[in-house]
Amino acid sequence: VADTTLTRELTQNPLKKIWVPSSTNGLPERYISQRKVCMTNCPTLIVTVGLPARGKTYISKKLTRYLNWIDVPTKEFNVGQYRRECVKIYKSFEFFRPDNEEGLKIRKQCALAALNDVRQFLTDEGGQVAVFDATNTTRERRETILRFAEQNGFKVFFVESVCEDPDVIAENIVQVKLGCPDYTHCNTEDAVADFMKRIKCYENSYQPLDEELDRDLSFIKIIDVGRRYLVNRVQDHIQSRIVYYLMNIHITPRSIYLCRHGESDLNIKGRIGGDSGLSARGKEFAKALGQFIQSQNIRDLKVWTSQMKRTIQTAEALGVPYEQWKALNEIDAGVCEELMYEEIQQKYPLEFALRDQDKYRYRYPKGESYEDLVQRLEPVIMELERQENVLVICHQAVMRCLLAYFLDKTAEELPYLKCALHTVLKLTPMAYGCKVESVCLNVDAVNTHRDRPSNVDVSRLPEEALLTVPDHH
Amino acid sequence: MIIYKIPLSSHKFQYISGKFQIWNISKIPQTKFPENFRKSSRPQFTNCPTMIVMVGLPARGKTYISKKLTRYLNWIGVPTQVFNLGQYRREVLQTYKNYEFFRPDNEEAMKIRRAYASNALKDIASYFTKEQGQVAVLDATNTTRERRGVIINFAKEKGYKVFFIESVCDDPEIIEANTMQVKLSSPDYENYDKEEALVDFLKRIDCYKMSYVPLDEEKDRHLSFIKIFNVGSRYLVNRVQDHIQSRIVYYLMNIHVTPRSIYLSRHGESELNLLGRIGGDTGLSSQGQKYAKALAEFIRGQSIKDLKVWTSHMKRTIQTAEALGVPYEQWKALNEIDAGVCEEMTYEEIQATHPEEFALRDQDKYRYRYPKGESYEDLVHRLEPVIMELERQENVLVICHQAVMRCLLAYFLDKSEDDLPYLKCPLHTVLKLTPLAYGCKVESFYLNIQAVNTHRDRPTDMSICFHLRLSRSANTKVGSKSLRPHVFFFLLKTFNVMI
Repeated sequence: VADTTLTRELTQNPLKKIWVPSSTNGLPERYISQRKVCMTNCPTLIVTVGLPARGKTYISKKLTRYLNWIDVPTKEFNVGQYRRECVKIYKSFEFFRPDNEEGLKIRKQCALAALNDVRQFLTDEGGQVAVFDATNTTRERRETILRFAEQNGFKVFFVESVCEDPDVIAENIVQVKLGCPDYTHCNTEDAVADFMKRIKCYENSYQPLDEELDRDLSFIKIIDVGRRYLVNRVQDHIQSRIVYYLMNIHITPRSIYLCRHGESDLNIKGRIGGDSGLSARGKEFAKALGQFIQSQNIRDLKVWTSQMKRTIQTAEALGVPYEQWKALNEIDAGVCEELMYEEIQQKYPLEFALRDQDKYRYRYPKGESYEDLVQRLEPVIMELERQENVLVICHQAVMRCLLAYFLDKTAEELPYLKCALHTVLKLTPMAYGCKVESVCLNVDAVNTHRDRPSNVDVSRLPEEALLTVPDHH
Repeated sequence: MIIYKIPLSSHKFQYISGKFQIWNISKIPQTKFPENFRKSSRPQFTNCPTMIVMVGLPARGKTYISKKLTRYLNWIGVPTQVFNLGQYRREVLQTYKNYEFFRPDNEEAMKIRRAYASNALKDIASYFTKEQGQVAVLDATNTTRERRGVIINFAKEKGYKVFFIESVCDDPEIIEANTMQVKLSSPDYENYDKEEALVDFLKRIDCYKMSYVPLDEEKDRHLSFIKIFNVGSRYLVNRVQDHIQSRIVYYLMNIHVTPRSIYLSRHGESELNLLGRIGGDTGLSSQGQKYAKALAEFIRGQSIKDLKVWTSHMKRTIQTAEALGVPYEQWKALNEIDAGVCEEMTYEEIQATHPEEFALRDQDKYRYRYPKGESYEDLVHRLEPVIMELERQENVLVICHQAVMRCLLAYFLDKSEDDLPYLKCPLHTVLKLTPLAYGCKVESFYLNIQAVNTHRDRPTDMSICFHLRLSRSANTKVGSKSLRPHVFFFLLKTFNVMI
């Protein structure tokens, strides 16, 4: 007779299909944890260091976007913004002069206000990483931050950007400083001149992180936009991931093209998943895609597909070498593979409803969730960061995940992003974000986008569930 | 006797030059693409062979890093080999007298050293061109700019990329520990007693110290390298050129030398195990539950400091962990291999319903992918983040599954792709892995709870026209003579090898 008293009963969470012990024993919730990126209970404070126009805000925003995408709640706190709220109108660089007592007072206040918000985010709002974006160029300022972190039980990781290449600095200024609120009422020349003087104000008191003096701190020094890195005392997993990410990003101009495979036979029938080939219209799209790519005259274009027939057939029409990634395969719908939405409603009405309730976290029985997809796609994103011009031919759910990374979409928005068949999205990094150009290649296709219906309750009627199902044959 | 033929019209996969290609449309001439056009589940890292060149005084961990890195790269599918100059020296000299050989004023010795160093380079070239190697690790001190210059020129001539790994350490404790662990037991010091060996070795280090020119931030700014300070407290990384170098840097930054142990175990016997069915997501059988209890006792008995416990997302590993009464983390990446359409079948049923699949799997178990499922190769790719995190961690118990455990074990014990799918990972047995010197000590603990045997050996005879009857008892107990499974084969001639 099996002795069942020693092992707690397990139940499977209906949404995520995770096995958890049923409450009883009194062991706390935290007892069982899913592998998350940030397994530590200790929040991390990332502190940027560097003169103006060294890419600190660029790095802060990009890193924040990446961490949020891999499910580490992160927020950036830009001290410049706090300053703008405090000092409504920016007059000139004089505000930053080291002998400007008034200016120094205000700047210190802004820094402290930002730190206060950091504390709130990390302690009360469930944040795990806060990025404190400011120059932090003096040892004294960094000491203040270290004391603050120690008091609150936060780990600190410094990210310093050191750059002396005048071309890079000039380009930075043109791309992001001239358009910033400080200089809206300035002409370009005056703005540049003022900004250069602003940099000068910091230069004299700048104490870069030092191998010896700061050997007990955890930091990465990025030199000349990634030519060289000095990494000191990485403490834990999340810092290791951050270092890896920072060492893989670059700022060389390039474009990423995202599109789905051409319309497939299963698409026409309104069935999800499977591994079918292209329909006649899908083949037309593949040809049109080939022509489009040629017309774009892209330098050294890499083409990636999944390992499913429909993306490969699409790539074949391009007549160029391509690489197949298993990681780009469409989301696995498990028992619902190759079913129509009507059939899913009929066979698994509960599953169908749960999916509508939390489409990001919902895992198909014996299948995957969007959350799983994101984890699966992380190496793809890492390699996309390393690469330059790339065309990714993938699938609806996969494209939504990739797009959410580039356009900083939340987990709620991600599963409902519109990624139509026969449309190419051209993403070009620009300033702090990404420019998106949508090119519809004018070949008809079915619509495969299902909006969230208004009634997601388990008790809803089939008609209510199927209200938003797109037309099909 | 039944002969099965693979239907020629089968377009699900094609057998091309010894590897399973998926959806490779034969229309495109192979010559258009690089030689290793997508042979695995992920893209190729580089078309250009890479030389990794170690730099550093003796006893700085160069060989440790070389071997570990090579093991990792081979595991993730990048053919890599170490070329250790010490070994070349031992082959040329046969016996080691003393440190005098390494004196910088020893002209005779210098000539010999340059000669075998040059042989090593020739062997590297041969490894790249004749053996399809992708990465060669040159494990030597390479402490002078002149020597590094020779290597760089060699690589330039041949079109190889070069990445330097320098280990800098001035902590006398670490150096002594290294020396005790690996130097004193080296063939060089077979006939020395411990104290004499230590003295000689320290003099050897001194020979190098005088002419040591470390990689320099400024002077060597055009080279690609990583400088590791004091076993990883600090790194200087310069000019990472490509994906493989980026992965190497990431790996090096995650490994450590703190003593620890990794415990690998499967879940307790499951209900499907009892029925001889593969995959699925069932709970533990009564024997399995007994094992979970025994595992808990065993773990308590080991008195492990700060043990982390990891499981998969499948019920049977979680139930096993529950019995331990300690916190555990669930990793989806640790889930058992997905057998696709064959999930929850017995081997007999697979044989009956998918005979060609069954045979194909036996022919290349590592690369074979179940229809709508995974291959061992896919598993390795999926497990890479687990390995990376295992490297970062200290004491960990991983409760997983047969195929998964085989992949993890193959990483730690440096097993080839051929051996990996046949590693023995029986139920109710814990493997304790402890890093030691350049490798890993393995202790196997069978916890004395009976369980079925789920191991299918490599079929003995792969020749054409060899037919045997399938017979495998689902209730074979561990310890009894396990019945060799037999499989159907079919005429290889019916395979149409498409190029």
